[in-house]
Amino acid sequence: MLLIHCPWCGPRDEIEFAYGGEAHRVRPADPSALSDAEWADFLFLRANPKGVHRERWVHAHGCRRWFNVERHTVTHEILRVYPPGAAAEPDAAVAEAQPPQASQQGVRS
Amino acid sequence: MANAVDLPRVGAVARFASAFAVPPDRAGGALTLVEMIPPGQINLRCDGHDPRAARAVGGVLQGLLPVNANTVQSAADVTVLWLGPDEWLILTAPGQEGAVMAQLREALTGLHAAVTDVTGNRALLRLSGPSARETLQKGCTLDLHPRGFRPGQCAQTVLARAGIILHQRDDAPTYDILPRRSFAEYVWLWLSDAMAEYNGRAISG
Repeated sequence: MLLIHCPWCGPRDEIEFAYGGEAHRVRPADPSALSDAEWADFLFLRANPKGVHRERWVHAHGCRRWFNVERHTVTHEILRVYPPGAAAEPDAAVAEAQPPQASQQGVRS
Repeated sequence: MANAVDLPRVGAVARFASAFAVPPDRAGGALTLVEMIPPGQINLRCDGHDPRAARAVGGVLQGLLPVNANTVQSAADVTVLWLGPDEWLILTAPGQEGAVMAQLREALTGLHAAVTDVTGNRALLRLSGPSARETLQKGCTLDLHPRGFRPGQCAQTVLARAGIILHQRDDAPTYDILPRRSFAEYVWLWLSDAMAEYNGRAISG
């Protein structure tokens, strides 16, 4: 089991979370301009590294917020947890590990 | 909606517990589980770090708006639980939720906020006694050790696979457990079973 540090709630057991796939995928600005191969690449192809993987998780049974986790796929060691919107590269992201403002997140109920 | 105040407040585990809010001292300090009269429940979404929102909410809720993660602030008839960086659950005395909601909506007019009546969403079970922590730890992965989870703290977590909000009230320890209403009977039965070895009593009048 993983002990995942939710950026807002603190350390919680893995069963409270749901996995959301590879992080930092950017939807192409103009999908209709892409070839089928390029679109298929965006839709279906994901990195599958043996090593450090950046991925999205949601604290489904807790605060229900999304965030990013940097995990080693061999050892399962969690190297870093950072909020959505933070830069992918460590030096910038760790310094910015502030809870995002509600106005950026959007308020839903 | 208009008659919400007049609705009978039937407990979620009424089939098993015929009386509500029996004070734990009636059981002589032993481990007890009671269902409290379902409180009024309001979900509040707003930016707690926006001074205007904090002032508006504070004016209605007697200054209560915990901005620290996993904490609870309470006064005589209102309890405010932190659920997320911009989300709170407000528990009011039964029947008071309509009035509190109207005041909140008025105070938050013009701000990016949402006030939603979620009364009836969750039941309120109170587990109290020296073995309460051990009982919960049979089905909850949260670290409930006093150095990690103290009175005045709350968490949204999982108890025996059912999502709950857990709130530690005092050092007895006393915990308020808020399962979704449809899970309340299951949680009650699970707790009754988990309490059995400590001679715990699920109080039914």
